[in-house]
Amino acid sequence: MFVIGVVGVIIRRNPIVIFMCIELMLNSVNLTFLAFAKYGPATANADPYQHAMAGQMAVIFVMAVAAAEVAVGLGIIMMIFRSRSTIDVDEVNLLRG
Amino acid sequence: MPEFNAAFPLPREIDFAMLMPVIMVLVTGMIALVIEMLRPKQNNNLIVIFSIAGLMAAGVATAIQFGQPEKTTLVEMVLRDQFGLICQLLLVVACALTILFSETYLRSRRIAFGEFYPLVLWSTAGAMIMASSRNLLVIFLGLEILSISLYVLAGLARAELRSEESSLKYFLLGSFASGFFLYGIAMFYGATGSLDLAFLANGLTGNPAAKTLLVFGIGLMFVGLGFKAALVPFHQWTPDVYQGAPTNVTAFMAVCSKIGAIAALFRVLVAAAPMKADWLPAMMAIAMLTMIVGNAVALLQKDVKRILGYSSIGHAGYLLVGLLAYVNAPDQVSIATTGYYLLSYTFMTLGAFAVISVVTKDGRDTTRLEDLNGLWQRDRLAAVLLVVFMVSLIGIPPSAGFFGKFFIFQDAISAGLVPLAIVLAISSAISVAYYLQIARAAFVVETEPRPAMRMSPALRATGLICLLGVVLAGILVTPVQRFLMGTPAEEPMEASTTGLVGKG
Repeated sequence: MFVIGVVGVIIRRNPIVIFMCIELMLNSVNLTFLAFAKYGPATANADPYQHAMAGQMAVIFVMAVAAAEVAVGLGIIMMIFRSRSTIDVDEVNLLRG
Repeated sequence: MPEFNAAFPLPREIDFAMLMPVIMVLVTGMIALVIEMLRPKQNNNLIVIFSIAGLMAAGVATAIQFGQPEKTTLVEMVLRDQFGLICQLLLVVACALTILFSETYLRSRRIAFGEFYPLVLWSTAGAMIMASSRNLLVIFLGLEILSISLYVLAGLARAELRSEESSLKYFLLGSFASGFFLYGIAMFYGATGSLDLAFLANGLTGNPAAKTLLVFGIGLMFVGLGFKAALVPFHQWTPDVYQGAPTNVTAFMAVCSKIGAIAALFRVLVAAAPMKADWLPAMMAIAMLTMIVGNAVALLQKDVKRILGYSSIGHAGYLLVGLLAYVNAPDQVSIATTGYYLLSYTFMTLGAFAVISVVTKDGRDTTRLEDLNGLWQRDRLAAVLLVVFMVSLIGIPPSAGFFGKFFIFQDAISAGLVPLAIVLAISSAISVAYYLQIARAAFVVETEPRPAMRMSPALRATGLICLLGVVLAGILVTPVQRFLMGTPAEEPMEASTTGLVGKG
């Protein structure tokens, strides 16, 4: 899932789709966290209670951050669409060198 | 190390003195927002004054902790150590200086939105959080607070296509990079069963699968932080965003986001020191590439902000050399070297961008090299300041830039990283060319007369404080270093302490 997200960011040209792919990456992180929290870490040295708790808390924080990112990101995309009426990243290319 | 209980650990006692700087900056931001809401469509002077006062208080709250022993509070979530304190103090100073010259600049660009100040303050708080934790989740949250505010700030000039574009690019690449960082954290968590970097050793013993996970995790974290610190090959966004964003935002970004990223990188590198054999060659290659590419590509640029963007990539490379030297030989090399370099970097970069912000025309940024022509005729002080900052960025003796580079060079050699030291010397030699180009542009007599551009008093003050910072840190090298090391107060040190605090 993480790899699909990364590939998507690299090959797609529409910022909204890129954005969806980034969300995909974050969700894959959440799944990873939950899987590790459920099935235990690869090491035997950790304290199981604290371990599971840390992973689940991490997921909640990641979701909150992802939501904040969506708000800002869609705002930026809207702003660009208003002033150019296109959001294709190949046409947003004033800055280069 | 805490003792592990089956019960969820409650914070037994909270050391508020340690949390105070961050809280002060956050609250100042909130109050600034409230002031803006209460007095809409009026000038922002009150907000500026209030923000600077709040930042000064935060600076004092940080400075009084200097030299105190390392400590954690809030269940290991917050860590105080010398390097973190240096970074926090510099962030506060940098934020105050940015705010000081922003108001007039924003007015001249006709984007004097009061929301600028809360965003800058929160962004600073995010970077401060990054600098003061060893818990990866907290570092990640700090990173996001820093970045999300910066995405908005980069697009502050919303009527201008270039600003919007830089905002979009920064946003897409930035969240892409935080995805990597986060996945690295997840791997680390899987390997060690904890989010705290101090438990890295857990993953090294026993199960070999844990070691593999850990290597991946640390690698992905480097990618994410390397992006924020603008290390080659993750630097592509830097010049674009620096050029497109309003100049004061660029100044802020160049300093604060870099300090935050370097601080977080420092924590990860120090924690990962036991498995140094796995990553040190790769990091050395990255440091060399960063120094060479940053400085070489800067030679080809025609826009001052782009040149400074590439130069900041080069400086990130020098900073990485300092960190690597420390991690490689922590008993021979002091982290104060990197701290000192950050100090000089803060003043010279902020100063350079502040001077460049004077060259706005008709509410737009025109920052090609030719646009600096005739600066000497129009404003002597601006031209002189620009030359001083360039001299310091090059690293010519009495300036702070020289000592910063020199100490890093020395450290790299004594830590046995000779190739890095050689590349550092060569790339600083390359950098002379483009810095001189900027300085020369200011003295070329212009052919077509342009409207006089004068520095506003606030801008003058910012420039002079930065000048003072560069020169004083250069003259008082030993006291400043001793201050950064946090050694107990002595007579000659008092002067530099008050000097530093006074600037906050």
